[in-house]
Amino acid sequence: MNLTLKVWRQANSQAKGKMETYKMEEVSPDMSFLEMMDVLNEQLMTQGIEPVAFDHDCREGICGMCSMFINGEAHGPDRLVTTCQLHMRKFKDGDTITIEPFRAEAFPVIKDLTVDRSAFDRVQQAGGFVSVNTSGNTQDANAIPIDKHDADKAFDAATCIGCGACVATCKNASAMLFVSAKVSQYALLPQGKVEATDRVLSMVKQMDEEGFGNCTNTGACEVECPKGISLENIARMNREYLSASLKG
Amino acid sequence: MTLTASSIGRKVTMALSGIFLVLFLTQHFSINLLSVFSESLFNQVSHFMGNNPIVQFILQPILIFGVLFHFVMGFVLELKNSKSRGVKYANYKGGTNASWMSRNMIYSGIVILSFLGLHFYDFWVPEMNYKYVEVLPLNPDRYFEELVHKFESPVRVGIYALSFVFLSLHLLHGFASSFQSVGINNKYSKALKSFTTAFSLVVPLGFVFIALFHHLTAF
Repeated sequence: MNLTLKVWRQANSQAKGKMETYKMEEVSPDMSFLEMMDVLNEQLMTQGIEPVAFDHDCREGICGMCSMFINGEAHGPDRLVTTCQLHMRKFKDGDTITIEPFRAEAFPVIKDLTVDRSAFDRVQQAGGFVSVNTSGNTQDANAIPIDKHDADKAFDAATCIGCGACVATCKNASAMLFVSAKVSQYALLPQGKVEATDRVLSMVKQMDEEGFGNCTNTGACEVECPKGISLENIARMNREYLSASLKG
Repeated sequence: MTLTASSIGRKVTMALSGIFLVLFLTQHFSINLLSVFSESLFNQVSHFMGNNPIVQFILQPILIFGVLFHFVMGFVLELKNSKSRGVKYANYKGGTNASWMSRNMIYSGIVILSFLGLHFYDFWVPEMNYKYVEVLPLNPDRYFEELVHKFESPVRVGIYALSFVFLSLHLLHGFASSFQSVGINNKYSKALKSFTTAFSLVVPLGFVFIALFHHLTAF
C-alpha cells in the first residue's frame, strides 16, 4: 500500500504546530497502525527529520496509552479497538490519512501526537478508590455476596482503560464517560457504597475544574470507546450526583 | 454548591426545563388542534386560558421563566463547551458516531428562539395589548378568527412550517436526552425512545398541519 500521511507536528507544548505531509510506500496491510508509525519514524530518521512523538506502551489494547485521532475519529475507523489494535488493512492503497493528537483544553499537547492526560489521574485521585484498612484484618472481598448483574456491570465499568477517546471524540470534550465508569465501578459494589456520596461529588468537582466540557448526550463517546463503556454509566453517575447533592 | 454550579447540575436543570416545555407544547398543541374540529370549542378553551387568573398570573410567568432559563442555560453550556477544545481538529467526522440533531442543538435552538420572537410578536404582544394596555371589552368569540387571520399569509405559514421542522429536529434529540440527563437509562429506555421519537415527529408536524389546514380553508 502506498499512503499519504498528514501528521500533526508540534515541537513542544508552547510551540505552534502544523500538519506535515509524508509519503509512505509498500506499507503492509498486516501492520498495526503503530508499526506503520514506527516505519515512518525510521524513514524520517534516515532523512534527517525528527521522528514523530507518539504515546504507546503495551500495544495490546490494555494500557490506553496510544492516543491518536485518525481520519477524524479517536483510534481510527475501527470499533472497539485502540490505535495499537488498528490494522492497516482498514485503509486502502492510495489513501490520505490524517493523524492528530487527542484535542481538549484539559489534554494539552506535549509534543506532536503526545498529550498530557494527567487530568484523568487527578479526577481518579479525587475519589476513584475505596479506602481499605490493609493492616491484615481486611475482610475477604469474596465473603460479601454481590448480585451477579451488579458484579457484571461493575466489571464492565472497570474495563475502562482511561485512554481518553471519549474526551477526544466528544464535540464538547466532555469526560463524563470516563468519570462515570469510575464512579459506577464502585457505586455498584457494597465496598464502594460507604464513600459513594463524597466520591461522586469530589470526582465531578475535579472533572469540572480540569476544564472538560459538558455532556450533551450525543453518544459519540460510547461509539468510539475501545472498551464499549455504556452511556448507562453516565445516567448512573447523574443519579448518584443528584442523590449526593440532596444529601449535602 | 448550588445545582447550577456543576456541569451535571446544569444538565439536569436544562433537562427539567426542557421536559416542562414539552408539557407546555403538548397542552398548546391540544388546544390548537381543537381549532380544526370546532371553532366554538377552540374559542371557549382559548378564552378560559386567556382569562383564568391562575393561568395568566401564575402559570404564564412560570412558562416565560422556563423558556428564558432553557435558552440562557443552552447558551451558557454552548459557550463553555466551545472553550473546552481551543484548537479544533483538522479532520473531525462527527457524523460517524453521533446524529446531526445531537450535534446541532444550538442551531435548531436558535431557529426556535427566532420563531418564538415572531410568535410573541404575532400572538402574545397583541393579546397583552388587547387585555392590559387598551383594556378592550371581553370577547369570547375572537380567538378563532385571529388564529385563521394569522395563517392567511403563505410566507408566514412557510416560516411557521420551517420553524416546526427545526423544533422536531431539536426534540428528536432533546426529549430522549433529557431522561438520560436526569439519570433514567434502564430496560424501559428503548420504549421511551420510541415514544419520544413519535412525539417529536407527530406534535411539530401536527402544528404544521393545523397551520396548513387554516391556510387552505381560509379562502
